[in-house]
Amino acid sequence: MTSDEIISIIQEIFRDVLDDESVEIKRETTAEDVEDWDSLSHINLVVAIENQFDIKIALGELQLLKNVGDMVDLIGRKTE
Amino acid sequence: MMENLLNYPFDAHLILRKKRAIKRSLLQNSDFTEKKIAILGGSTTAEIKEIFELFLLNENIKPIFYESSYNRYYEDIVFDNPQLRDFAPDIIYIHTTSVNITSFPRVQDTSAEIDRLFQEELDRFRQLWQQIEKMYQSVVIQNNFELPYARTLGNLDVTDLHGSTNFIQRLNQAFADHARQSTNFHLHDINYLSSWFGLEKWYDKSLWYTSKYALNYQAIPLLAYSLTSIVKSIHGKSKKCLVLDLDNTLWGGVIGDDGLDGIQLGKETPSAEAFSDFQQYIKKLKDRGIILAVCSKNDPQTARRGFEHPDSILSLDDFSAFQANWESKDQNILSIAQSLNIGLDSLVFLDDNPAERNIVSSQIPGIAVPDITEDVSRYIAVLDKGNYFNTTSLSQDDLQRHRYYAENVRRFETQARFRNYDDYLRSLEMEIEIKPFASLYLERITQLTNKTNQFNLTTRRYTLAEIEAIARDPYYITLYARLRDKFGDNGVISVLIAAVKGRELHIDLWLMSCRVLKRNVELALMDSLLQYAQDKGIDSIFGYYYPTPKNDMVRSLYGEMGFKQISSNEKGAAVWACVISQNYQKKNQLIKVLA
Repeated sequence: MTSDEIISIIQEIFRDVLDDESVEIKRETTAEDVEDWDSLSHINLVVAIENQFDIKIALGELQLLKNVGDMVDLIGRKTE
Repeated sequence: MMENLLNYPFDAHLILRKKRAIKRSLLQNSDFTEKKIAILGGSTTAEIKEIFELFLLNENIKPIFYESSYNRYYEDIVFDNPQLRDFAPDIIYIHTTSVNITSFPRVQDTSAEIDRLFQEELDRFRQLWQQIEKMYQSVVIQNNFELPYARTLGNLDVTDLHGSTNFIQRLNQAFADHARQSTNFHLHDINYLSSWFGLEKWYDKSLWYTSKYALNYQAIPLLAYSLTSIVKSIHGKSKKCLVLDLDNTLWGGVIGDDGLDGIQLGKETPSAEAFSDFQQYIKKLKDRGIILAVCSKNDPQTARRGFEHPDSILSLDDFSAFQANWESKDQNILSIAQSLNIGLDSLVFLDDNPAERNIVSSQIPGIAVPDITEDVSRYIAVLDKGNYFNTTSLSQDDLQRHRYYAENVRRFETQARFRNYDDYLRSLEMEIEIKPFASLYLERITQLTNKTNQFNLTTRRYTLAEIEAIARDPYYITLYARLRDKFGDNGVISVLIAAVKGRELHIDLWLMSCRVLKRNVELALMDSLLQYAQDKGIDSIFGYYYPTPKNDMVRSLYGEMGFKQISSNEKGAAVWACVISQNYQKKNQLIKVLA
C-alpha cells in the first residue's frame, strides 16, 4: 500500500470518528491542527486504525508517533 | 439508518467509529423519557458513558449523566456529596472491575487472614450500597468481577484459597447473594460478559497503561448494550412475546414440500439436532413467561402438522397465537399483537429469511428483528445474547403469564354465547380485591406503571424506590386491584396513586392492564377511591388526562365517571374535578368486592 493510499484511508477514519467531512489530513498534520482531536478521540482514532488495517500498535510505538506521517510509516511497515 | 448499527448482533468497531453520527441521527427523535444516571467508576468511564448513551437513546431514554472523577466511586458515595445529592440520580451505576479489589490473598496468609480480607473487601462494597440506600434511594447497578488477568498459581488458582480466581469467585457469589436479597439492586454480570467476549481480548493492558480503561475498547459496546438491557427491565421495557417463523426456523426444511417425515428434528443429522436444541431453548423461554406466537407463510393445516413430529419439543399448546396463511407477515404480526392485546414494541420476530425480516422491521415500529443468520447452530446465541427478555426478577406473574393469555381465549369463546354484555360479565363470577399498596405487590405495581400504555391517564413511570416511598407516605392514597374470575386469577391489574392536599385529592396515576379492559374494574376502583377519600375527609377529587399516542381510549374516562372538565389545552390535556356527594351511588354492580 502506498503512503497516499494509507493517508486517504486514515482521512476517512478521521472524518467518521470526528464526524466532520471537512477534515483534511496531510503527513505533517498533528493533533494541534485538527479541532476535536483530543485525548479522548485519539483513542477512538487509534482503535479504528488498528481495526481497519488489522494491526496492533504496541505501547512503545504509540508514544513515538509525532504526526500523521509517523503513523502512516508505522502502518506501512506493519502491513508490508 | 445510522441507529440500525445498534441492533444486536452489532459491529462494535462500527459503533465506536461512527458514534457521533449515530448520536446525531438518534437525536432527531423527540419522544424521549429523561433518566438521571450517575456513573461511578473504578477506572476510566468516558467512552462507556458515550456508548451507553447511544443505546439508551435508541430505547427513547435520554440519559442525563453524572460521572465521577477517575476512580472516585467510593469517595463520591461514602462522603457527603452535595453535587450528587442535588443531581438526585434515578440510577447509580458502579463500574468496578477486578482492578478495584484492594488486596488479594498472599501465599503466606492463613485461611483466617484470607477470610478477614474477603470480609473487608465485601464490607467496603456493602458500605457503598447501604449509603446509597440511605442517601439516594436510587436503583443500583453494580458490576461483579471478571476473572483475573494472571493466575500465579496456575490451575490451582481456582481451587486454593490463596488464588486470585478463587477469591474473585467468592466475592461474586457474595454479590449475587446480596442482589437476591435486595430489590433495588441489580448485579451486572461482567464475569459472564467477559468470558463470552473472551478474557484474552477483554483485557487490553496497553489501553490500561495509557488511559486506565479496565476493558478493551471493542468490548465497550457489549458492556453498554448489556447495561441498557438492565435499564430497560427496570423500566418495564423488556420484550414479552416471541413471534416465530416455522420452516427453517423452528425445524429444518419446508413442511409443505418435504412433508412431516422430511423436516429435520431429532438426533438423526447435525442440523436436526441443532433445530431440536433451538426448540428446547424456546420451550425454556416459554416456561419463564415469554409468550410464543407463530407467524408462517404456510397452509394452516400443514403448518400445525409440523408439531405432530415425534421429535418436536414444542407443541401447539405452547403458542398463544398462531398465524399461518399467505398474507404478508407484517399484517399477520399486527393481528397477533391485537389478539394478545400487547404492544408492537414488546415483540421479537425470528425468521431465517432476510426479506421477511426486512418487511417486518420496516413496517412494525418498535419490534426487534435480530439477524439470526442462516446457520441454525447460531440461532440460540443471537437470541440469547440479544438480552431481549432481561428481567429484574422472576415474579409469580411471569411464570403464569402464558396461562392468563390462554384463559383469555376461553373468555372470548364464552362471550360469544351471551346476547347481553352484562350477562356475560355476570357469568364470569368476578371477585375483586382493592386495597392500599402492600409490600407483596410493589414489584408488580412498578412493572405495571412502566409498561401500561393504553388505559393510563397520565403515563407516569415510577421506579420501585419511588413506589416504596409513596406506599409509606401518609399524604397519598394508593390502591391496587386484583381480579379473579371463574377462569382464573388475573393478578394485580389496576393501580391508582392519588396525592392528598388538604381537602383535595389529586389522581397522579391511574392505569389498568389491557388484560382486563371492559370488565367494569374502573367502576369498582372509583367506588373504593371515594370510600378511602371520604375516610380521609376529602371533599373534592381532581383527575388529569395527558394524551399520548396510545392512551386515547381513556380520554373521556373522567367524564363517564361523572367528573366535570375544568380546563384543557390545545394538545388535549385536561383537568377534571368532582365534588364528593353524600348520597353517592355505587357504580359497580357486577363485580363482588372482597373485604
